[in-house]
Amino acid sequence: MAEIMYREALNQALAEEMERDVRVFLMGEEVGKYQGAFKVSQGLLERFGSARVVDAPISELGFAGLGVGAAMVGLRPVIEMMTFNFAILAMDQIFNNAAKVRHMSGGQLRCPIVFRGPEGAGGRLAAQHSQVFDSIYSNFPGLKVVAPATPKDAKGLLKSAIRDDNPVIFFEGERLYAVKGEVPEGELVIPIGKAEVKREGKDVSIITWSRMYYFCQQAAEELEKQGIQAEILDLRSLRPLDEEALIATLRKTNRAVVVEEGWPHSGLGAQVVDTIQSKAFDYLDAPVARVTGLDVNMAYAANLEAATQPDVTRIIAAVKKVLYLEEK
Amino acid sequence: MPSALSKEKLRNMYRTMVLIRRFEERAGQQYGLGKIAGFCHLYIGQEAVAAGSIEAVRPDDFMITAYRDHGHILARGGDPGMAMAELFGRGSGYSKGKGGSMHMFDIEHYFYGGWGIVGGEIPLGTGMAFASKYRGEDRVTLCFFGDAAANQGSFHESLNMASKWKLPVIYICENNRYGMGTDINRVSAVAEIYKRASAYAMRGEQVDGMDAVKVHDMVKDCADHVRAGKGPILLEARTYRYRGHSMADPATYREKSEVESERKNDPIPRFRDYILKQKAFTDAELDAIDAEIKKLVDQAVKFADQSPEPALDELWHDTVVEEGEPDVRPRERVLGVKVDWPTFPISFKVTWEIEPKDKSEKRAG
Repeated sequence: MAEIMYREALNQALAEEMERDVRVFLMGEEVGKYQGAFKVSQGLLERFGSARVVDAPISELGFAGLGVGAAMVGLRPVIEMMTFNFAILAMDQIFNNAAKVRHMSGGQLRCPIVFRGPEGAGGRLAAQHSQVFDSIYSNFPGLKVVAPATPKDAKGLLKSAIRDDNPVIFFEGERLYAVKGEVPEGELVIPIGKAEVKREGKDVSIITWSRMYYFCQQAAEELEKQGIQAEILDLRSLRPLDEEALIATLRKTNRAVVVEEGWPHSGLGAQVVDTIQSKAFDYLDAPVARVTGLDVNMAYAANLEAATQPDVTRIIAAVKKVLYLEEK
Repeated sequence: MPSALSKEKLRNMYRTMVLIRRFEERAGQQYGLGKIAGFCHLYIGQEAVAAGSIEAVRPDDFMITAYRDHGHILARGGDPGMAMAELFGRGSGYSKGKGGSMHMFDIEHYFYGGWGIVGGEIPLGTGMAFASKYRGEDRVTLCFFGDAAANQGSFHESLNMASKWKLPVIYICENNRYGMGTDINRVSAVAEIYKRASAYAMRGEQVDGMDAVKVHDMVKDCADHVRAGKGPILLEARTYRYRGHSMADPATYREKSEVESERKNDPIPRFRDYILKQKAFTDAELDAIDAEIKKLVDQAVKFADQSPEPALDELWHDTVVEEGEPDVRPRERVLGVKVDWPTFPISFKVTWEIEPKDKSEKRAG
């Protein structure tokens, strides 16, 4: 099994799907000649030509909508958002058009399209370039939303997203592109809507996704030294949520901490907690704790930026809280 | 330039215009009776634009529009009963009663809706044209929108991309002079919309949208240009709506005299006069068409009124496409008739190069 970077895994998924299906094209800012702002599309222009790897003008709403229109008449576009911060400009096309065309046409049309790109803090990028959008996109019926943490999941889920007949929001992490991980050779398709237990444990469930997974792993290792066995459930898909996996891990551990990079108010973690309380209430031995980004805009200063995001210390503290252990 | 419209085309256009007028009058009436609710934007006064445009293109050319869409679905050959049923919110409507007035779709006739956010469909039409060019089809997209949509960013972003990539699309701005209650002149630095084409190195045209023949001939000329790969066109059709923005709008922002003077320019009597002067049809023959349409629209209202509301379990369909789930074909579903459904190839070769390789390398050097 080869160890490759997250960006390489995405690149493999794109190349394989474009090879497999001529209807798939990639469009976005800097995806072609520049080879991708984060080098996800490295080499694809050379391989597939300028009509299938399309350098778009800085017109997020325009090219997002162009993709939706092309999807309505038989193509399968992958629209790269340089970051999801810029996709705010395209939300009209995503929410009003992509998410609703099947419904509004009474089932006459489908919209097989992927909107992909990074979200989250990239490192000293301040308020407008560090945002997390898990909750807002997951709020919309008609969309599927995935947020893979590892190179393997990134590849397998992107292939699924491209083959899906619905609009899929594919969140990458600005800080994940250089992360390395093992990716099996050959065909790899990971179904949307399935979480994965990434670490087995019996004392507490840490439920997370995307970049926070790595913080949770560190916390779990630290907790292990203290005799606490934490299970980590990586949701991978945010809509649909894998309710069965949530119930199963709660049945095992009876305690849960939900960790997310985004804001607490109406955050996706709140939805996870609601699912737990309504579907797994009888298994709970303690109220569910949440660890989130702070409820403030992201600052540029290094210390403020670090303090805004969840970290290992806060995750460990939350675990101890649900275990009713005093923090020393 | 004398028009070369055949008798058949003249008949089709006249029939379409009368059908739209009578359908819309009945829709307004049924709204008043409480049978139709929500927003209901009537097309009365603008009939020549849809009728002339559609007669000028192929049945398999793509078409998309905004929320003033009853006229467009009818012009394209949609079933009046199913369109009326959609207005009534009934299960036998084109969108099973889920769309209503603003979201009419008839994919069988290559009519892609029916979109409710001003200017939101302009990028979609651009993408449909992109798909045609990508597959190497000689298909044209007619992308309709109102005058106020030309002040949205989506208009600018779309026209820029379409021109740069020479996409086969005609942007047809139906300039009825008002964005809801606001005179387009009050909010536009350049209110002659077609002039904006020059900002995109695109051909811009203006046509009298109250003259069905002129609209037809202009769209025909535009379609030939676009189909030949010469790039997109922005066409402004100067028109007027006789009713308010929607049924909820009494249109008090317009002088009565303005509406009265525009009524003298009504596209339907004007077209009828033209036909008679051409001696293409007699008065009696046109009266027969009028009578046929009256009956058809009566039947449409009856059909809608007798149709049941959608089943409640319809709530749980058409949000997400399940694996292997086919698309819904409305006339098959409702009327049980076999229809030809648009299909697109899954395997083909992309020969289009947006930036030919040697050229882009030269620029890089």
